[in-house]
Amino acid sequence: MKIALIALQGDVSEHKRAIEAAGGEVVLVKCRGFLTDCEGIVIPGGESTTFMRLMRRAGIDRELVEAKDAGKAIFGTCAGLVILGRSEYGLGLIDAEVERNVFGTQRESFEAMLKIPVLGEEPFRAIFIRAPVIKEAGVGVEVLARIEGGIVLARQGKILVSAFHPELLGDSRLFEYFLRMIEDA
Amino acid sequence: MEIELKELRHGTELLKRGFASMQKGGVIMDVTNPKEAKIAEEAGAVAVMALHKVPADIRASGGIARMADPAVISAIIEAVTIPVMAKTRIGHFVESEILEALGVDMIDESEVLTPVDTHHIDKTRFTVPFVCGARDLGEALRRIAEGAAMIRTKGEAGTGDVKEAVRHMKLIMGTIRELRGKNEEELMDIARKIEAPIDLVVETAKLGRLPVVNFAAGGIATPADAALMMKLGADGVFVGSGIFKSSDPVRMAHAIVDAVNNFDDPAKLAEISKGLGDPMKGIEVGSIPREELLQVRGW
Repeated sequence: MKIALIALQGDVSEHKRAIEAAGGEVVLVKCRGFLTDCEGIVIPGGESTTFMRLMRRAGIDRELVEAKDAGKAIFGTCAGLVILGRSEYGLGLIDAEVERNVFGTQRESFEAMLKIPVLGEEPFRAIFIRAPVIKEAGVGVEVLARIEGGIVLARQGKILVSAFHPELLGDSRLFEYFLRMIEDA
Repeated sequence: MEIELKELRHGTELLKRGFASMQKGGVIMDVTNPKEAKIAEEAGAVAVMALHKVPADIRASGGIARMADPAVISAIIEAVTIPVMAKTRIGHFVESEILEALGVDMIDESEVLTPVDTHHIDKTRFTVPFVCGARDLGEALRRIAEGAAMIRTKGEAGTGDVKEAVRHMKLIMGTIRELRGKNEEELMDIARKIEAPIDLVVETAKLGRLPVVNFAAGGIATPADAALMMKLGADGVFVGSGIFKSSDPVRMAHAIVDAVNNFDDPAKLAEISKGLGDPMKGIEVGSIPREELLQVRGW
């Protein structure tokens, strides 16, 4: 399964490894014209302010909107959540109000054992780095995990967003879930 | 399914190195006030480095270079949404504690400031991650052993002459390539020779790269310089004096961000490099007396 990984900035190599571990084939995308050839799109973690600027300069922001309208599956982690959600930094492709850096600066970044029922019994070691959260989600949004402070994993149709970084550890369950989302559609 | 915030773990190695990973493919710019920080953010910098004076001015003025004024650092943190880093003197752990208390996202234990000790800071004690300079693999691994979550080549800061950054990056990358195919016993010999912990030498050999993110720094003054360092294997670049000592900092900042993003596309680099005005004047490294070099600070 061909997955377009937007490779403008951030922890691209970690995402590539994680998608491949889950069984996907990765195409690194830095300019327009490649999203339509892929079955799914992943937006990695990085600095959301920078990432959005680079997406606009490359014209990938508009193409992402078109891809969503064409029914492509999209997964955004951390900065990816900010870009897919609603805020002055986001494209609003998922009906979720996003707040950035909710917990504070890097000093307040944290790890937590997260219960994610759709991924099974075993808790997920979730890494939150200057993380955003979803403060409010529309009725069409399925909440998959939350912590005190907000929603940290959610899905609306074929769009999946996480506030934490599933790519930094060997646990590939969330990427497998994303690939299943594409297959099931 | 809600969890309590008190069950959380802060300041782990994974969080520190993870933060550094988010900076990859980016440009971190030296700034001395909130106005410059805004320019950097607007240009697409992934973070800013707050300091009292850019390295070129530190070099010119002489005297003791210290941590920046906390009031200025706080004002910079207020002014931008991207991460804010700040420099601490080598060995000055109290400056570092102050920077952590201010809420900076990463601390640079930097040879650009005047060292206060022959020991580097024990960085494992801190919740915030550290970046440290290195000239060779041994120095990089010693810093990682002390808890650095990110390495940058030292280059020769404040010169606008990128040759030392090139030399340091090639040396680090070349030494890593030499580890390939060596057995444990041979790696032990290398570890002894480069004065680095054996476990980190083994890990580096296995990974084929440094165990943490490795940026280039020290003398980067043009988009082509930045792209050169990316070509040599840097994960991203720090630009110190190169932006705010150029004739048109706004355009130079944008151009260097674009160059890092398109480092492998010469046609785009040509467009990016057009009409940027004068880069910083600079000073050739060879003309600097050895005792005035910044890169020899630290061990």
